[in-house]
Amino acid sequence: MAQLSSNLLYIAFFIYFAASIVFAISLFGKKWRKSDEATHSKKWGMWGFTLSAVGFLFQLGYFITRWIAAGHAPVSNLFEFTTFFGMAMVFAFLIIYLIYKSNVIGLFAMPVAIIVIAYASVFPSEIQPLIPALQSNWLKIHVTTAALGEGILAISFAAGLVYLVRTVNQEKASKSTFWLEAVMYTLISTVAFVILSLGFEAAGYSSTYQFVDQNEQQVTVEYTLPALTGPTDGTYVSGNEFGPLVEAPAWMKGEKAAHKLNTLIWSIIGGLVLYGLIRLILRKRIGAAIQPALKNVNEELVDEIQYRAVAIGFPVFTLGALIFAMIWAQAAWTRFWGWDPKEVWALVTFLFYAAYLHLRLSRGWQGEKSAWLAVVGFVIIMLNLVVVNLVISGLHSYA
Amino acid sequence: MKSNKLLNMRYEGSARRSQTYRTTIVDKIWNFFSSVKVGIWIIVLLLVASAIGTIFPQEMYIPPLSDPTVYYEEQYGILGQLYYDLGFHNLYGSWWYMLLIAALGLSLIVASLDRFVPLYRALKKQRVIRHESFMKRQKYFGVTEVDDNKVELTSIKEALQKKRYNVKEEDGHLFAEKNRFSRWGPYVNHIGLILFLIGGMLRFFPGMYVDEVLWLREGETEQIKGTEEAYYLKSDGFILETYDNNDAKFKDAIEASGQAAVVKNYQTDSVLYKQVGERIAGTDPELKKIKEHPIQVNKPLKFDGYAIYQVDYKLNELQSMTFTMDNKETEESVGELTVNLYNPEKEYELKDGYRVEVMDYFPDFEFNDKGEPTTKSKVPNNPAFILNMISPEHPDGEVAFVAIKQNLEPLGENEYKMSFQNVDTKNVSGLVVRKDNTLWILAIGGAIFMIGVIQGMYWNHRRIWVRRKDNEIWLSSHTNKNWYGLKRELESVTNQTGLQMPIDQSEQKNRY
Repeated sequence: MAQLSSNLLYIAFFIYFAASIVFAISLFGKKWRKSDEATHSKKWGMWGFTLSAVGFLFQLGYFITRWIAAGHAPVSNLFEFTTFFGMAMVFAFLIIYLIYKSNVIGLFAMPVAIIVIAYASVFPSEIQPLIPALQSNWLKIHVTTAALGEGILAISFAAGLVYLVRTVNQEKASKSTFWLEAVMYTLISTVAFVILSLGFEAAGYSSTYQFVDQNEQQVTVEYTLPALTGPTDGTYVSGNEFGPLVEAPAWMKGEKAAHKLNTLIWSIIGGLVLYGLIRLILRKRIGAAIQPALKNVNEELVDEIQYRAVAIGFPVFTLGALIFAMIWAQAAWTRFWGWDPKEVWALVTFLFYAAYLHLRLSRGWQGEKSAWLAVVGFVIIMLNLVVVNLVISGLHSYA
Repeated sequence: MKSNKLLNMRYEGSARRSQTYRTTIVDKIWNFFSSVKVGIWIIVLLLVASAIGTIFPQEMYIPPLSDPTVYYEEQYGILGQLYYDLGFHNLYGSWWYMLLIAALGLSLIVASLDRFVPLYRALKKQRVIRHESFMKRQKYFGVTEVDDNKVELTSIKEALQKKRYNVKEEDGHLFAEKNRFSRWGPYVNHIGLILFLIGGMLRFFPGMYVDEVLWLREGETEQIKGTEEAYYLKSDGFILETYDNNDAKFKDAIEASGQAAVVKNYQTDSVLYKQVGERIAGTDPELKKIKEHPIQVNKPLKFDGYAIYQVDYKLNELQSMTFTMDNKETEESVGELTVNLYNPEKEYELKDGYRVEVMDYFPDFEFNDKGEPTTKSKVPNNPAFILNMISPEHPDGEVAFVAIKQNLEPLGENEYKMSFQNVDTKNVSGLVVRKDNTLWILAIGGAIFMIGVIQGMYWNHRRIWVRRKDNEIWLSSHTNKNWYGLKRELESVTNQTGLQMPIDQSEQKNRY
């Protein structure tokens, strides 16, 4: 069952990939277009939607079979949560597509969902037993609702990105073009990180170092990427004999700081290489390269989709990530609120979208400003997923 | 068209208090907090402050017994020291964070009142007949020429009613409206938030909130702290279960985790008792059994507004130690004694005139700065005794210092010694007793907030005005959001009635 489950996830992943390509054809495929523009985009858009929906069904199959195999809802660790988040994004996209029939949202939303699911694959995917705190019906209720809310909000990011690529003036370099490329670079370095991690894992790379931490405990740390930065006064123990090239700066004293810094540096370098290659091939900014394909996109409609996704997603997120969370916390941790980092970041996300709504509804922040806010909102959601779990440890660090 | 500018429909253009009164201090405070701009700043400040509080762990999450004055520097270096010096280690309880939350509450109340009242009035008495320029300056506006009476207002009215519009007719004019209640959404959700904040404040009033720690040994009955001596809890045993490391399902994950075992269950089999009648000093209280409940994580014992949670445990805590008193030379034992480590007796009588006096007892023994024996706590983590062994040969006794793996003879060579035989241990449950009388108001606040936010976000207030002017039919329309949905509705209505689809005037403006 577990094997079937992971196969279904692979299949879903590749179908999503195909769907993204089909959405790209619906927008880019001008040269070999036989029919007129509207029919072409309608026809290919329908295919893109159908593929996305089929992929979603496969992923739903993964979810159900894994649930059966594990005996609990598969949303209990970082791998499971992140895949589910990707699935929620696809689900949210399907709904938005049914309302707005917008191919261009698919072109941006599906690749982002793919990156999210690919990122999930970096985490251990074995079926884990549930610790006592997680043994509750609220596990499935709280986590799925929160993830669905985040998935819908992520569609607003995709729409915001479309708006920016469509409207930012690419004729000369500006703050807007810089930050738009920064967003592209971040997405690309996530891809680079996944490729590097899976590549070195497939090659069986591992080296272990030993060092004395600030509590004067002897600690061993395993690197699955070649060590560029090692722990202060670390000694090589076993495995591949590469590096570390330098020691992590002494002021970085957090738990496993050097290891985390190493992963970050690899992602940055990998991202730079991949981004550089793409720029070499395109010979212009990525934003500038995509822009012509979006020439006919109705920017006002995209702006509305971006806002609508927040309008739909905000209540769902609040219900799942704050209200259900509080009800569960009261049962599991004796208090509904305890300023645990994950709780705080759910509050930060809530406050951010509250500010977004007030800025939009009362201060008239629409169009580009609103699109940038949607991008920042997604960054906050990803921070809560990635940084809060991996860097700041708290009650929620299960993985 | 003289004025190309679209009408600002926000708050229906009605005057708010903050725009009318501007003189007294109250007015000024009112005006300050009624501003959405100020509200947004408060939200942003709270957001940034909250985020800063997660950079390093808050004081409540650093390991117990560690000293925060040095902990942050030791663990996180200079930045940690700075964090501590700025008071960020206790950020969410700081006065300025509280002040920000108070400002948010004030802003919620004032800004809502300032807008709700005029908006309610304006929407309540809307006129059916609107001025021509009002209609022309809506985002959607269209004119259809009709030669005869082919297009009847009644057919438009019916088409709109079919779309569940509430339509009023007056003198050749139509006014169709739906989902006005969606406009109250923001005010409803703000009321919910205010209630929630009030609920959060109530916690600081005495009696609203109980939070006590209760350590309960197997087989023992303890008064439940915080329940005003009314309730007692007995532990029938503490259970710690782990997952089977060879379980086919979880084998890989447990191996990969590197842990020896993964815990499956923490459980205290508890019995709840209630005291009957008045307790007479010096006697045991009379107890009535209320219920049995296995307290597990996620499954607290609930009674009378209280909840008891499983949060911690200690396995194999020392309860009693058994020694024999032996003659050192012959290695012959002259008797055995068992010392209850929580309540040692003063003297233990052995047979044939042998006895042992407990001269001093250190449950959690250590040497203090001066090199004297002392105890760290009352919990027998490391028990030590100074004993006086009395025998027929030594009627005044021989003094021995006895601790785990230690036997000293501080006053010279003894003839007898105490030999450690065994210990008796028990499991101890770490429980938390909670009562939170603020939960109901928080629940109501949360529910109202959700209702308001859904009401405001999932429905849209749409209005359509229609008027006949000579041989033209004018139609204009407004919504507070989701223009795409309005457009589709207009398309359907105009299709059915043969009217011209109104044009989006903001698009026109953008294009040229």
